[in-house]
Amino acid sequence: MASIKFTLNGKPQTVDAVPEMPLLWVLRDTLNMTGTKFGCGMAMCGACTVHINGDAVRSCITSIQSVAGKTVTTIEGLSADGSHPVQQAWVEHDVPQCGYCQSGQIMSAASLLSKKVAPTDADIDEAMRGNICRCGTYGHIRSAIHRAAELATVAKAQGGKA
Amino acid sequence: MTSIVKVNRRDFFKTTGAGAAGLMLGFALPEKNPLQAQFPMPPVFKPSAFIHISKDETVTFIIPKSEMGQGALTSLSQILAEELDADWTKVRTELAPVNPELYGFQGVVGSMSIRTLYTPLRQVGAKGRAMLVEAAAQKWSVPAAGLRTESGFVVNPSTNAKLSYGALAEAADKLPIPATVQPKDPKQFKIVGKPVKRLDARAKSTGKQNFGIDVKRPDMVYAVLTRCPVFGGKVASFDATKAKAVPGVKDVVQISNGVAVIADSTWSAMQGRKVLDVKWDEGSNANQSSAAITRMFSELVAKPADKVARKEGDAAAALASAGKKMEAVYEAPFQSHAPMEPMNCTAHVRADGCDVWAPTQMQTPSRDLAAQVSGLKPEQVKIHSQFMGGGFGRRGSVDYVAEVVEIAKAVKVPVKLTWTREDDMQHDLYRPAAMVKFTASLDASGMPAAMEVKAATPPFGFERNGLPGTAVAGLDEIEYKIPNLLVAYQGGEAGIPVTYWRAPGCSQNTFFMESFIDELAHAAKKDPLEYRRAMLKNSPRLLAALNLAAEKANWGKAPAGRFQGIGLINNIGSYTAMVAEVSVDRGRIKVHRVVGAIDSGYVVNPDMCVAQMQGNVIFNIGQLYEANTVKDGRIVESNFHDFPLPRLAEMPKVEVVFASTGGFWGGHGEPGALCVVPAILNAVHAATGKRVRTLPLKDGIVA
Repeated sequence: MASIKFTLNGKPQTVDAVPEMPLLWVLRDTLNMTGTKFGCGMAMCGACTVHINGDAVRSCITSIQSVAGKTVTTIEGLSADGSHPVQQAWVEHDVPQCGYCQSGQIMSAASLLSKKVAPTDADIDEAMRGNICRCGTYGHIRSAIHRAAELATVAKAQGGKA
Repeated sequence: MTSIVKVNRRDFFKTTGAGAAGLMLGFALPEKNPLQAQFPMPPVFKPSAFIHISKDETVTFIIPKSEMGQGALTSLSQILAEELDADWTKVRTELAPVNPELYGFQGVVGSMSIRTLYTPLRQVGAKGRAMLVEAAAQKWSVPAAGLRTESGFVVNPSTNAKLSYGALAEAADKLPIPATVQPKDPKQFKIVGKPVKRLDARAKSTGKQNFGIDVKRPDMVYAVLTRCPVFGGKVASFDATKAKAVPGVKDVVQISNGVAVIADSTWSAMQGRKVLDVKWDEGSNANQSSAAITRMFSELVAKPADKVARKEGDAAAALASAGKKMEAVYEAPFQSHAPMEPMNCTAHVRADGCDVWAPTQMQTPSRDLAAQVSGLKPEQVKIHSQFMGGGFGRRGSVDYVAEVVEIAKAVKVPVKLTWTREDDMQHDLYRPAAMVKFTASLDASGMPAAMEVKAATPPFGFERNGLPGTAVAGLDEIEYKIPNLLVAYQGGEAGIPVTYWRAPGCSQNTFFMESFIDELAHAAKKDPLEYRRAMLKNSPRLLAALNLAAEKANWGKAPAGRFQGIGLINNIGSYTAMVAEVSVDRGRIKVHRVVGAIDSGYVVNPDMCVAQMQGNVIFNIGQLYEANTVKDGRIVESNFHDFPLPRLAEMPKVEVVFASTGGFWGGHGEPGALCVVPAILNAVHAATGKRVRTLPLKDGIVA
């Protein structure tokens, strides 16, 4: 066991864990933050996607010791109230069906938008390649990402005026 | 006839935890239901629902179905809200507990939720509305007949007085339930048939929606189970020394289906399992392989027709006479369901009762199985239905419920069993592999004079005409007019566990049938659309769907470099036709566009139906590339690297056209894309001249 410190959703966090334990299981079983999902355990499906220092990362293959000193954001911390443009667009476009993969999809989409303000379809294809949705909500995901880009741009412009 | 009963609130709240004041209504259906013949229903079938209106205006619908993404919570609520005239923004839902006396059989299979509950839910909603109106009439001392309702209020048009449902609920609850009410004329619908937003979208976009795998109970431990890799095998012996030495591992227990490692986290349990030493008695399937199964199927379909599923005229005699002969053999592999949430279940077994937190499509069977395994009475078992991260038929089997209850019996504290993706892929109950041999003869005008269809596939599931219905679903119910038709089932038990997979039977048989029909059209040198039209003169709904799909897809006028294919089917109560537009580059298929027309009679929520069809399209595009292979009695594929599910970039543009003719309720969860595989492969033939008769495509390429 080791004591590992990192920043989780904007707050300092310390956990005692086996150093090799993946961040996914620390989040889910130790910290009881179950918004991040287990899908494959080998970074093939993206259900466990979180942000580490701002980048989309698969938490199922990321050991807790490798997170020490870093900043982790999960779906629970993306916004306090579901107001992140990606989340707003997801609700507006009724994206989820079963919903199980959507935390990961949203975290990948948010990461894309943090790097590209107006992603093209090709950018979306590439950025979302690591996330599987078995229900097949892909069409809705694509349109919601475009919508989220608009919402983010509007929010930024309004923020600029104020 | 539907009878509605008042429910003992105290009993009810013990199980659901809903607030204690206000109007409650439940109902029971008579035991006969036409769908009973079609689906594996228990002899008693009485679906039920409840409405609860509280003083703060919240309307809670307690839904006796479960939610796996298909949208049943939202669409069933739409029906209740419509007839109740509820304010949609005040609607909440709860999943009902399992209670046969209140709800009868509870499960979600066969795109049945709306098909079975539409009429009773309308009655419940309409009776609830009538009771609220009567309560207002008594308060105002006016006749009920002059009052109307709108969005959560009873209104007196002559005085403009208004009373909210919340304010009326308690008084309404004391009134007798009216014996008969007239539900609305569908022309007046304001919520049913409208694209209202899903009730669960926000929770599912913020990480707040809990699924079965997220259950946590006080003092809960975590389990993973190692199962014999060969189907039907058993534990011979095991040594837990190394597993017990892994940090976090608490115990190792043998159950009938394997050896479970119990730990303080899922990951610790997985680490323990890695070093658990188990010797297996692999049993009689240890030599089974996909190659051997294909050989068995080939022998079976070469034999004379065995068990007859449908017979028109005399196919054998007609085939023996003159006319152009056509013959083809099609084959499809085992398919894992691969829902994104791996199987899991949580249970707590005590001397006097058992709680099971189950993400299941089969709530009532889960309860009965848990009772059997725990040794308790069914009424001592409480099923807490959980949201499912996908089902697609997989969660219609309840093997994982039995496993966790057996583990819980041994460990005596709450325990959550989680399957890894590898467990899920290698211990599924699969979409059965299948082979079909077609023989046909064409008359002078090129139309089929006779067709013989022989299917070999493992038997399972509901019975139809004395045969396993899924084996010939999509073959025996074709609406094409063929004067001499014989559809036969040839057997094909393979020792591999199989079950329903989204659109059971049809998921492979429609690929076979609609591809072969295309072969006949080409042999007759006729346009595949015209060829089908000519055989559907007596099937107005299917013909209309076909014509609509062809028209919207601009049939015959594909853009340069793209090619079209068509497919159709009547199944799950709906009539569906599809046109796919593809291009093929060095054998690689790109699906650009799919136009689907569907006549499901009525549509409750068009947006959700579109979403179901879009999802079905990409789900079934996966069939071109993914398969489960049997070798040495076990499944070769283990995770998404060798069972490649489609990604976002592969999603075509999907356009859905509703050809709704009213008068019946067809399904949407399954039929939407039954014909997408043949539509695509018929387009591939148009593009390349190559006929794909076996899936998956080798190396993903049309060779």
